[in-house]
Amino acid sequence: MSAQIILTDEQKYHTNLGLAALVASTVLFAIFTGSIAGTIGFFLIFGIPFFAMNRLPAYATIKDKVSKYIFMTICTLIFIFLITPILIIIPLSFNAEPYFTFTEGMLNLEANAYSNRWYADIFRFGMTDPDGTENWWSDMWNNATWVNAARNSFFIAICATILATTFGTLAALGLSRPEMPFRAQITSLLISPMIVPLVITATGMFFFFAQKGIFPFFPESLANTYTGLVLAHATLGVPFVIITVTATLSGFDRSLIRASQGMGATGWTTFRRVIMPLITPGMISGALFAFITSFDEVVAVIFLADVDQRTIPRQMFSGLREQISPTILAVATILVLISIALLTTLELLRRRSERLRGLSPG
Amino acid sequence: MGKKMSDTAVNNMGTQAQKLAAENNPLITADGIPLKQKLAKTTRKMKMRALLLTMPLVLFIIVSFVIPIGQMLHRGFYNPAVSNVMPNFSIAIKDWDETTGEMPSDEILKVFVEDLALARKNREVGKTVGNMATRINYELPGSRSLFTKTARRADKITEGPYLDELIAIDKKWDNHNLWRTVKRASNDYTISFFLAALDLKYDENGEISRADPLYQIYVPILMKTLMLSALITFLCFLIAYPVSYLLSTLPLRTSNLLMILVLLPFWTSLLVRTSAWIAMLQTEGIINDIMVYLGIIGDDGRIQMIYNQTGTVISMVHILLPFMILPLYSVMKTIPPSYMRAAKSMGATNSYAFRKVYFPQTIPGIAAGTLLVFILAIGYYITPALVGGSDGIFISNLIADHIRKTLNWSLGSALAAILLVVVLIFYWMYNRLVGVDKLKFG
Repeated sequence: MSAQIILTDEQKYHTNLGLAALVASTVLFAIFTGSIAGTIGFFLIFGIPFFAMNRLPAYATIKDKVSKYIFMTICTLIFIFLITPILIIIPLSFNAEPYFTFTEGMLNLEANAYSNRWYADIFRFGMTDPDGTENWWSDMWNNATWVNAARNSFFIAICATILATTFGTLAALGLSRPEMPFRAQITSLLISPMIVPLVITATGMFFFFAQKGIFPFFPESLANTYTGLVLAHATLGVPFVIITVTATLSGFDRSLIRASQGMGATGWTTFRRVIMPLITPGMISGALFAFITSFDEVVAVIFLADVDQRTIPRQMFSGLREQISPTILAVATILVLISIALLTTLELLRRRSERLRGLSPG
Repeated sequence: MGKKMSDTAVNNMGTQAQKLAAENNPLITADGIPLKQKLAKTTRKMKMRALLLTMPLVLFIIVSFVIPIGQMLHRGFYNPAVSNVMPNFSIAIKDWDETTGEMPSDEILKVFVEDLALARKNREVGKTVGNMATRINYELPGSRSLFTKTARRADKITEGPYLDELIAIDKKWDNHNLWRTVKRASNDYTISFFLAALDLKYDENGEISRADPLYQIYVPILMKTLMLSALITFLCFLIAYPVSYLLSTLPLRTSNLLMILVLLPFWTSLLVRTSAWIAMLQTEGIINDIMVYLGIIGDDGRIQMIYNQTGTVISMVHILLPFMILPLYSVMKTIPPSYMRAAKSMGATNSYAFRKVYFPQTIPGIAAGTLLVFILAIGYYITPALVGGSDGIFISNLIADHIRKTLNWSLGSALAAILLVVVLIFYWMYNRLVGVDKLKFG
């Protein structure tokens, strides 16, 4: 890939011309608006596509180059559209004022326009005595609204993930066998919790769980219980586990099983020593998907949970409806960091899985 | 064990002579069973084993997903509010022939008054006169107080003619249509709620007709949901197509890096993205600030972009975009670039080569992406509820309102059933055109 890029004289001429035009227009923009932030934005929007343009073949005409440039500009704008809303909340969450918008001071980068008060608020909101020193930690752990929500979220998500991943992986193992009967019908059934609108699923469960004694071993109704929420979230996570684990198994070389059997391994040993190591990355990605599904889910929580079982998204939902405070943005920033961590894990797993299956040199 | 033996048997079955011999004299495995039978048995066993692996999850999904939804659908047809309160009357009224134009007979009305008095005395939870009155009020607005008022005085009525006594309490009882409505409501199974969900009703003559234009809410909202979902899908397609093309043509290292920009929003909480869009779009928000700053609009002319349809569409396009980009990208990656080069070398212009060579090859990806985005968009609830204001709401929001606020559960269930049918039609199309096993993330 390190082949030298050789520019013809004409290409050099065009590149220089484009660069000159870019610099000139940026300077003009700076003179007319007189704003540093605006100029940087202008330079990024029109500069990124210019530098990102991969080398066109020598026979490319001016028209080709201009249309390529326009195409790259459009793509840059789309990527900005995708990522800006997520990045913008990070500086906004450090706002010293109780607004959802940048203040004059923040734009001038004044230190006192920024504060971490909303992060402190995550722990203090709902506490009986936020300024007291005695029993501060236990007060925070038991009474702070967001801390309680986070505990609920993690507890429900972890239980739901275990349930969905165990059942989901077993089912995916069955579904990926070539002799599986009714494969299409069963797969569509198992994927349907992702397709059916959440309001319908939540309404159904709302009525179903409100009845007493639906499960012989559980005499009370499941409404407003953790059990009900875990069951609901496990159901919603199942399709994601099925999709990811089946995708991993689709590249699975079945002759490995026969090879293992041929060398005298029992079924259990084959599963433990051959199948498991190969599907583990897929299983973990499926589990991560199930976890994030439950962690983000709010409709089922609205329908099935009491105040005691409020999760983080549920708390954000009522916060956005009732009083909009930047605490929500502080929580959102933390959630974005969590998703970045999960995404990174997933990417590493994918690479590992591809390497194990010999799909890429790594 | 059995499998290994049959494998050996197959391997031995080599030459033509042996095959001929097999026709007269079927091959026997070591334990004396004909090969054919043995093979069928093993295949059956393997099938069962595969099926057995999926069974725990299938049972789980049936209990926690299929049965609840089935019960909810049943609730759209089944509403025993009247027969719960007046068990004897709801049987007695079946004898009344409403087509003759006569009022119910005195015996039927006697049962009516007795049941009413008894229900008022018992006041069982969920089986009060109020529950029944609410049920009839859905079909005949304004009749609720008539029942509660009559129930209070029902024990005073001791002898007939009962109709005159009832009319003495309230003149509204002298109404043939009222009694017809009561008879209809005393049947446990009803299509009234489905009619209401489709903006239809029973008119004074007991026939199905359209509701007054003022009360036509559900069909317009359903239509709006479909229209906005189609718009969102189209915008997603317009935005996703160039990006997916770019991602599919870049070298793997660069495209993996850029893919993060697509996947990060996908992995970020829905609530986070919705609050981010509130911060971006509100009248004092970032986009308005930038436009004021650039002088596109004046400070007093800030545009209302949120708490209306615009807000719903913009944020939902952002939220659903990854579901369009991922299938498009995976299809475009498989298209060899040499096809386009070949077309151009044979004299096709850029746009002609794109239209005739490239675009047709991306249609499977387009079908997968648009159907998926459309299916997910019709059912959306959270985003419209938070940024939709009053005119950017979807049918899901009405369902949630009926279940959680107005407590008209049967109507909510009927609306949910209609939405479910629409979604399942598109899911079926997705299955036929794309195949559910093609679904992938990342």
